[in-house]
Amino acid sequence: MTALVGMLSALAVLPLILIFGYLILKGASSLNLEFFLSNPVPAGQSGGGVAHAIVGSGIIVGLAALVGLPVGIGAGIFLAEYGSGRLGWTVRFVADVLNGTPSIIIGIFAWTWIVRPQGHFSAFAGAVALAVILIPLVARTTEEMVRLVPHSLREAALALGYPRWRTSLSIVVRTALAGIVTGGLVGVARVAGETAPLLFTTLGNLNFSTHVTEPMQALPLQIYVYATGPFPEWHRLAWAASLVLILLVFGLALVARRVAANRYGTR
Amino acid sequence: MTIIAPNLGAAARGTAATRRMTRGANPADRAYQAVVTALALALPALLLALIVELTINAWPSIERFGWAFVFTATWDPVADVYGAGPLIFGTLASSVVALLLAVPMAFSVAIFLTEFAPRWLRRPLGFLVELLAAVPSVVYGLWGIFVLIPFLRTVVVPPLKAAFGWLPFFQGVFYGNSMLAGGIILAVMVVPYIAAVSREVLNAVPSSQREAALALGATRWEAVWMAVLPYGRAGLVGAVMLGLGRALGETMAVTMVIGNRHDISLSLLQPGYTMAAAIANEFSEATTSLYLSALFEVGLTLFVITVLVNAAARLLVWRTAPGRAVGTRAL
Amino acid sequence: MARSLLVALIGSALALPAGAQIKLTGAGATFPNIIYQDWVLTYNKQTRGVQLNYQSIGSGGGIRQFSENTVDFGGSDAPMNDSAIAAVGGNVLHLPTVLGGLAVIYNLRGVSVPMRFTPQIVADMFLGRLTTWNDPRIAAVNPNVQLPRSDILVVHRSDGSGTTYVFTDYLSKVSPEWQRRVGRGTSVNWPVGLGGRGNEGVAATVAQTPGAVGYVELGYAEANQLQHGQVQNRTGQFVTPSVESVTAAAAGAMAEMGPDTDFRVSITNPGGAGAYPIASFTWLLLRKQYADAAKAGALVSFVWWAVTEGQAVAPRLGYAPLPPALRPWIETRLKTITAGGRPVWPGPK
Repeated sequence: MTALVGMLSALAVLPLILIFGYLILKGASSLNLEFFLSNPVPAGQSGGGVAHAIVGSGIIVGLAALVGLPVGIGAGIFLAEYGSGRLGWTVRFVADVLNGTPSIIIGIFAWTWIVRPQGHFSAFAGAVALAVILIPLVARTTEEMVRLVPHSLREAALALGYPRWRTSLSIVVRTALAGIVTGGLVGVARVAGETAPLLFTTLGNLNFSTHVTEPMQALPLQIYVYATGPFPEWHRLAWAASLVLILLVFGLALVARRVAANRYGTR
Repeated sequence: MTIIAPNLGAAARGTAATRRMTRGANPADRAYQAVVTALALALPALLLALIVELTINAWPSIERFGWAFVFTATWDPVADVYGAGPLIFGTLASSVVALLLAVPMAFSVAIFLTEFAPRWLRRPLGFLVELLAAVPSVVYGLWGIFVLIPFLRTVVVPPLKAAFGWLPFFQGVFYGNSMLAGGIILAVMVVPYIAAVSREVLNAVPSSQREAALALGATRWEAVWMAVLPYGRAGLVGAVMLGLGRALGETMAVTMVIGNRHDISLSLLQPGYTMAAAIANEFSEATTSLYLSALFEVGLTLFVITVLVNAAARLLVWRTAPGRAVGTRAL
Repeated sequence: MARSLLVALIGSALALPAGAQIKLTGAGATFPNIIYQDWVLTYNKQTRGVQLNYQSIGSGGGIRQFSENTVDFGGSDAPMNDSAIAAVGGNVLHLPTVLGGLAVIYNLRGVSVPMRFTPQIVADMFLGRLTTWNDPRIAAVNPNVQLPRSDILVVHRSDGSGTTYVFTDYLSKVSPEWQRRVGRGTSVNWPVGLGGRGNEGVAATVAQTPGAVGYVELGYAEANQLQHGQVQNRTGQFVTPSVESVTAAAAGAMAEMGPDTDFRVSITNPGGAGAYPIASFTWLLLRKQYADAAKAGALVSFVWWAVTEGQAVAPRLGYAPLPPALRPWIETRLKTITAGGRPVWPGPK
């Protein structure tokens, strides 16, 4: 039985190895300077790159983090510090419900809320959609991390005459900071790979654009377009872009893990 | 902050006292509490906005079709008649296929990691499974189109049809893009979530359970089977339901491999459609208002189903591992 | 390496002229996406201060987003119907840009000569009445082809699509059963088959699925060297889709249009020798009144450039150029576009 369990476990990770293998096999050879530094050429021609999508993803995800992290972390602190009552229970439950909400629904929500009234697609709308996904995620990880801080620490600070807000911010949150950062990074890594919420918000752009009020290309969106397209050249770019995306996401996850490990020793 | 930690253990005296001490005469304290409370209220506000927005936009369709929307199978944009039956069926069917494949693997990972794996293997294996959750959906889709589907077409399906072709599940022509492909991709994607929660559940099982079984002369495996798993049963069911919640709402990878056909077929080899995929494909292109409204109703239906599944999952998991933030992270 | 890359990226970001640029966003039809991408990227390069962006999201999407005012212009291969035009208060102009043919593509290994399809065969395949490639009815018109025994796998569009509109418009004209059971539209209730997203999705699915049959814009079929068949036209000829045969189809339609036309004409199943029967104009959707004169002016200049100079690249990309006789009519129409009550474009220089 142990062998069976071990074998099934191996089977569970096999796809990861296969996917990573294929990404390297089919994508690595396309990673050259042109790929990173140039923008698309007309369909059917060869060459071109995804500079616009890489920069676009950076901007959209950065903006989402800017909006989502403070709110999420604040909500997490509330849950840990003041969340024992009914309101705490409600917020916690709502956060979990939102965490389970399909991202495509967040996407159509952002379209009705931002794109339709504003009258144009924009990177901003996409960032808001990603932020909506980020907030409950970060709220819950922050809460967990803040809860890990021993009560003794908090009470010592209070006994020393610290007001509660300073205790919370400079003792409790600072102690939990590594964990909170980890949670934030994991959250950002997750939304960086999201495609569905961007379909109806950032729309995509053929050009290099840094204006958040305009349509913008993002890496996952570009992969979707290229992967479902008919040109071998597009498929090649899709593999390469996927490799870049996955390295970015894994990179963030690794950094997150390193931050956590530095603080707590091993997990 | 680490400086104060060592010699203050004695100061700990239960939270009630703390609360009394800090109940805020201090205006800065009150301001702080107000700020974080306001930020926390953003969450219920968002949920409320989401529900209101979906309902308002879905209303014309709800009014027009009533319950028939959920039970009929016609999806005809020319005649402006919409029934989401095939979408709901496809969503549930692909998720069930995914769970059938994923649950044995996910439980194995959880059991292996908590009970059997040698210590040196636990961290790397746990990390690999965690990474599985970090792979973006669209990358799964890409891999599904160019690797999984050709593999199914050439290697898996021909013998499958030869052996089980008489079953209704394996009939008809294999298109490649199919319920089978969608189910497999989904299975790979939900394994890390189910595994992560199951692992937390198993970790929360008191070691006295194991020790009692072992003391009675059970083997390690018997201890797991007879003492640990039954103890965590509610939590494990919760873990599966959490995976179900994920599978129901997964969009991009499924859209790319499931075939996108409004039809109800028992055969896994036939193309299907899911609610999330239909929204992704048709939302920006619905020409009539009723069409758009119908897609909002699809969204609302999907939302309600996932909320119910997730709520149930949480309550179940909390029975064995109270208060855990299930599903926010894998492993 | 990483550093120089970063420097280059930041450099290129800063090099953008800040603010002074006019940005125009359009979305819609995938059918002309190849030539629109070419036009947009070429025009952006040669025109200072204007940056156009076109995203192919399907004609249904083009109409929807145009009507929702979320884009500056739409693209569609299906004209807006009267009720859709009424919904935007009549504030829309249909401007034809190129003509395209639909290729009936298939994936049959070992078949080297183009398959021949009668209208009835095409309709019956998509109705699910013909299910295997070696059906006697297909064999009867393809005597020289060694037909495989494989199943016919129908691939259609999953998104709202002008390509679908043109195809179902054609099928509705040639098959009463199709007309009755399915009808024409940008999305229809397909009797059989599976959906691919966009021309790209259908082309890709057919290319990867042995035995598949689908319909895509000719340019996509040629760019990907997909097998595509000849279709019998009203005069009984089997015609290969090509720039010439599509142009021939347009010639017949021109006769029915006058200078006052709103350009919303169907040219499927035309008469005339050598005319390919599944062809259509593709349109850009512009507003009659815009809010921003600078934007509107830039947009109209682009459209005029596209329907004149831009036509030169059409044949190379698999599209048929507009009949030159249409130009003065388009010019008249473009001159009527206003912003704040004033015309935005004085006419060609």
